[in-house]
Amino acid sequence: MEDTAIGLWGVPLAIFAGAIRVSTPFIFVSLGETITERSGRINLGLEGTLVFGAMTAYAIAVLSGSAWLGVLAAMATGAVFGTVHGWICKWPKVNDIAIGIAMMQFGLGLAFFLGKPFIQPVAPHLPAIPFGFWSNLPPVEAALNINILFILGGALAVILWWALKNTRIGLVLRVVGDSTDAARAMGINPDRVRLLATAVGGSLAAIGGAYLSLYYPGSWNERISSGQGLMAVALVIFARWNPIGCFVAALLFGGAGALGPALQSVGVTQGYYLFYAAPYVLTLVIMIITSSPTRALAGAPGALSLTK
Amino acid sequence: MTVKIDDPTLSIPAERRALLRPALEWIARRAEPLAITLGAILAGTALFSLFILAVGKSPTDLYRLMYTGGFGSWFSIQNSLSRASPLLLTALCVALPARLGLIIIGGEGAVVLGGVAAAAIALPIVGLLPPIITLPVMALAAMVIGGIWIGLSGFLRHYRGVNETISSLLLAYIAIALMNQFVEGPLRDPASLNKPSTRPLPHDYMLGSIPGMDVHWGLVIGIVACIASWILIEMTSHGFAARIAGGNVRAAQIQGLPVGRLITGFTAIAGSFAGLAGMIEVAAVQGGANASLAAGYGYTGILVAFLARHNPLAIIPVAILLGGINASGGLIQRRMGLPDATVLVLQGTLFIVILFCETLYGRFKIFNPDLWKRST
Repeated sequence: MEDTAIGLWGVPLAIFAGAIRVSTPFIFVSLGETITERSGRINLGLEGTLVFGAMTAYAIAVLSGSAWLGVLAAMATGAVFGTVHGWICKWPKVNDIAIGIAMMQFGLGLAFFLGKPFIQPVAPHLPAIPFGFWSNLPPVEAALNINILFILGGALAVILWWALKNTRIGLVLRVVGDSTDAARAMGINPDRVRLLATAVGGSLAAIGGAYLSLYYPGSWNERISSGQGLMAVALVIFARWNPIGCFVAALLFGGAGALGPALQSVGVTQGYYLFYAAPYVLTLVIMIITSSPTRALAGAPGALSLTK
Repeated sequence: MTVKIDDPTLSIPAERRALLRPALEWIARRAEPLAITLGAILAGTALFSLFILAVGKSPTDLYRLMYTGGFGSWFSIQNSLSRASPLLLTALCVALPARLGLIIIGGEGAVVLGGVAAAAIALPIVGLLPPIITLPVMALAAMVIGGIWIGLSGFLRHYRGVNETISSLLLAYIAIALMNQFVEGPLRDPASLNKPSTRPLPHDYMLGSIPGMDVHWGLVIGIVACIASWILIEMTSHGFAARIAGGNVRAAQIQGLPVGRLITGFTAIAGSFAGLAGMIEVAAVQGGANASLAAGYGYTGILVAFLARHNPLAIIPVAILLGGINASGGLIQRRMGLPDATVLVLQGTLFIVILFCETLYGRFKIFNPDLWKRST
């Protein structure tokens, strides 16, 4: 009976719950991509990194019995993927967008190859905090059962936002991203900064993958990601390279993604599959509205190949 | 043309060398992409061998099986050729916009919608019209929708400044959602239980095989499309204008070239090829539209196009090579106990190494006739 006790309120509640559940991978991948893009490089390979991170996290969690060890292992592999991408892209004439697509295919292939034995076993899940303890309505309790990674992601967004503005590292990152020449004039090695930024970006994206396999949906298979890693690149543009913006945009994406299942739960089944397209349509529409053929996007790092 | 040769050790007289020189230059310039690509393929294969050794298998066994499975018998060659057919068309979807400096990665969306459009238009007219009319109508519908889909990315790029890589990708996801909606909803055949699909095409409405072979006509269509694209790029003024716009948009605009129309037009043609791949998948392989349309041809096509350095004629051998590698996946899985993703890892490795080797262009004096004088 409790299910019907909230009636149509179930729709916004389900969207809210879905937003929190679905957004976490978007938060981490987009924060990682923000760091990379702020350094003037773009990594489209994060989809591969995300899926490989999901596989690593699951495999290590199965083998060690610790979900958190899985997350750490995923971060390490993500950093390796980022470093490879960063190293290859430092060479002249190498196109960072194309390398990203190649790294994506490589990461997906390797994850499917090495992940085959882990489709069956069950790994320990990441813990969640029951913020809904005050309610006796199961849907409310379920909606407020929030994973620790979501909270960490929110905190990381705030820290990054602050650090980009106020720390030396943030300044170096912004200078390198805006002008390679200015960075050299300041005695900064742009290649090294970009390499580090890509590595950090990769390790954050891999956390997003770990969340997918260790919490929601919570198992490893070859269809675990439906393009979250790639969507995050669009999301960063949408968020104007601002970490807080990434957090908000990720929530919006998550909410849009939860629209279909939420409506279905109250009996609206017309056009069910079209709702799956909602986050993509939303992103595209926002990009069309906010882009301009004559000027670079506000907030875009000057050295970024994507927006030139 | 006067060339000064100071090297006395050369036996060919200076006048003769001056005559030979244009030919040598021609060869040198064309040898560079071939040599670098072949070197990159060898390096990628060597890297992949290390990976296979690391998982405890024999690379020589693997490559032997790959050859057997892809090209070792008439049966496997036909299999490879069938698999190459959609790759020819999806690679064109990447290669044509690349001439304008655009990276389109959403060809999968045009494939999927092309297949749905072909099925949707065929099913009501099957039986009323003969196959000879139905099949071209299907192809046309697929090309129109594919052209609109990818052309939209080009249009948005030029007139709204939206990055084409991202928009084409978003459109691909939207296309897959649309396909699911159609195949699960209005077009669903109630008889398809586990795997929702449209009603099957009657057998005589299918695109048949090339006479004497077990390869469907899609291969011929793909090769013709590649040759037509090559002619478009290399022989027409539109292709020339596109190359200029791809090199420098501002210069092209100053020259008065219609850059917006070129970008929209080229992306639309590219998308219509990918849409055609979807129609062929429906009319020659699946017999109806279903989720198998999103089999990743659009993504493998990206690899083919980059391997071929966006040259439509080079796409033909590369697509057949990758078709063969894909065809051998099953054999490798059965004989060596390796996962089916093995070929994906090989493709990814080759892709990365080949893109990395872009950095080698212009570094070897032997390929650069402008530097010959200084070197002797």
